Amino acid sequence: MKRVYVNEKWCLGCHLCEYNCAFANSGETDMAKALRGKVIHPRLHIEGQGEIHYAVSCRHCTDPLCVKSCISGALSIQDGTVKIDHDKCVGCLTCVLVCPYGAVAPGPDGAATKCELCLENACGAPACAAGCPNNAIVYEEREEASA
Amino acid sequence: MPGINYFYPEFEVVRNDARCIRCQVCARQCANEVHSYDPERDLMLSDESKCVNCQRCVSLCPTRALKIVKSDCRLRENANWEGDTIREVYKQALSGGVLLSSMGNPKNYPVYWDKILINASQVTNPSIDPLREPMETRVFLGKKPEKLERDENGNLKCELTPQLELSMPVMFSAMSYGSISYNAHESLARASKELGIYYNTGEGGLHEDFYVYGPNTIVQVASGRFGVHRDYMEAGAAVEIKMGQGAKPGIGGHLPGTKVGPDVSRTRMIPEGSDAISPAPHHDIYSIEDLRQLVYSIKEATGHKKPVIVKVAAVHNIAAIASGIARSGADIIAIDGFRGGTGAAPTRIRDSVGIPIELALAAVDQRLRDEGIRGNVSLVVGGSIRSSADVVKAIALGADACYIATAALLALGCHLCRTCQTGNCNWGIATQKPELVKRLNPDLGYKRLVNLMTAWNHEIKELMGGMGINSIEALRGNRLMLRGVGLTDAELRILGISHAGE
Repeated sequence: MKRVYVNEKWCLGCHLCEYNCAFANSGETDMAKALRGKVIHPRLHIEGQGEIHYAVSCRHCTDPLCVKSCISGALSIQDGTVKIDHDKCVGCLTCVLVCPYGAVAPGPDGAATKCELCLENACGAPACAAGCPNNAIVYEEREEASA
Repeated sequence: MPGINYFYPEFEVVRNDARCIRCQVCARQCANEVHSYDPERDLMLSDESKCVNCQRCVSLCPTRALKIVKSDCRLRENANWEGDTIREVYKQALSGGVLLSSMGNPKNYPVYWDKILINASQVTNPSIDPLREPMETRVFLGKKPEKLERDENGNLKCELTPQLELSMPVMFSAMSYGSISYNAHESLARASKELGIYYNTGEGGLHEDFYVYGPNTIVQVASGRFGVHRDYMEAGAAVEIKMGQGAKPGIGGHLPGTKVGPDVSRTRMIPEGSDAISPAPHHDIYSIEDLRQLVYSIKEATGHKKPVIVKVAAVHNIAAIASGIARSGADIIAIDGFRGGTGAAPTRIRDSVGIPIELALAAVDQRLRDEGIRGNVSLVVGGSIRSSADVVKAIALGADACYIATAALLALGCHLCRTCQTGNCNWGIATQKPELVKRLNPDLGYKRLVNLMTAWNHEIKELMGGMGINSIEALRGNRLMLRGVGLTDAELRILGISHAGE
């Protein structure tokens, strides 16, 4: 399965991925209209300190703690992708608590949000990887199995 | 220095506020710290006095909210005292120093490539479709035998002096590790390997990680002898003696100590933080005979297995100089025109010393032919080869191959802002600062170089096919394929071409 991989060595900490993510999931066609004057809720985050940066996003674990701990059945695995049903989410944020990667976050309406590989929006493939200027985020098939 | 600041910023940062989403990518990516965010007013601010117009922010702004324009705040117009001229006087009055610049001569001198047109076949001779018929752009550089020789059994003697084989007549010219970054070097090395051409270390030595690219590396021996040792010489496919550089003929080089970090220090074999100063002359070369000694020393040291290149800047007496080099035992002469690039050169020298490569090439090729020694050497020319059309024109004027560097850096993201000497390259090319170097990912960079060269090779084949020529060998020195437009009799005579219509 294709996944999002990050490469700290090439991450410039420009944060473009966060804005591309927020735009991709905004449902708008114009980035300025979608994001200008708004607080963004991207589904991945740049972490780091000093000159070290890297993007953190959902690993789409094969045995995900978030799915196991979801009390409302909002989180599920579909074709290997960990997805969230916003209508079912009750906003208990247990998933935020248990995710070992810090990849799930509270969204603007209280429900949790997480990366769904842009498969649910108009992009069709992760906007973070497509917009990364330095190949620090890639979307590709790899041999190694994820946790 | 105390007193009034006479300088008004050269550029303006124009921000379309309706588009700006305050993502602050511009602020994070500008190493010159032009952009900043004021959270109190929720405004992006610009200090355009620091802007060098490298366009990094423009390229990365996700909403295209930014553009950089030339400031229209001008001094009173004066055809003699232009704004730049006056500003340079102000600068020197402030600093008391030599003006420094980088990349090639930007002044408005004639570009002869743009005054030369290429022929094509019509009716009386057929053109060739390179998509249907084989087209040869492979080139061998080195001394060529004067005649066929046979042994006592009548078999051909096939032993040649060492040759460089190029898949197309273009190589990446000398740029040192120090003047450009590790990632820029890696991109050039990997691209050369994939393309079957060569890149050149410049005089900065060869980083230990790049010895694996040795078969596609030309190692340079320059006046400072930085990084030259046995393994270095043995690693390269050819050795280049650098006598001069088109951007700064007659002077040496200077890599400031701030760029000499641990890696550059180890590669150049000089102490960390020390200035790397290359003398103007080689202190052991004061004549063609001395040059010959160095050529043969290098040949001996490398077991006569590698061609030796002698690189000179195009200067007034270039034909006679090349004639001397062709008799020195060198296998290849590289000539660098006055528009050639540099990581740093005194402005006055870059802008006023040397001659155009087109004239130098034509003069040298003709002189070597007249003297019957053209086969002694191959000719490689550089100093602003900007496109495949320039390559074809250069070959028709008599070159065996071209050296490109500025075009290669453009492929890597250079925007020709011409401030390499500051070491603050926002594109990760002309810098040694780790946080900037990482901006050039060689996985992407080398691919762009491969794309550029592949595109040029296609175009070279198209142009050759149009002329009805299917081998680059048949184009070399074929000046009948060229015509001049708007050139004087003297220019046409030196170029050895007729005027269009003749």
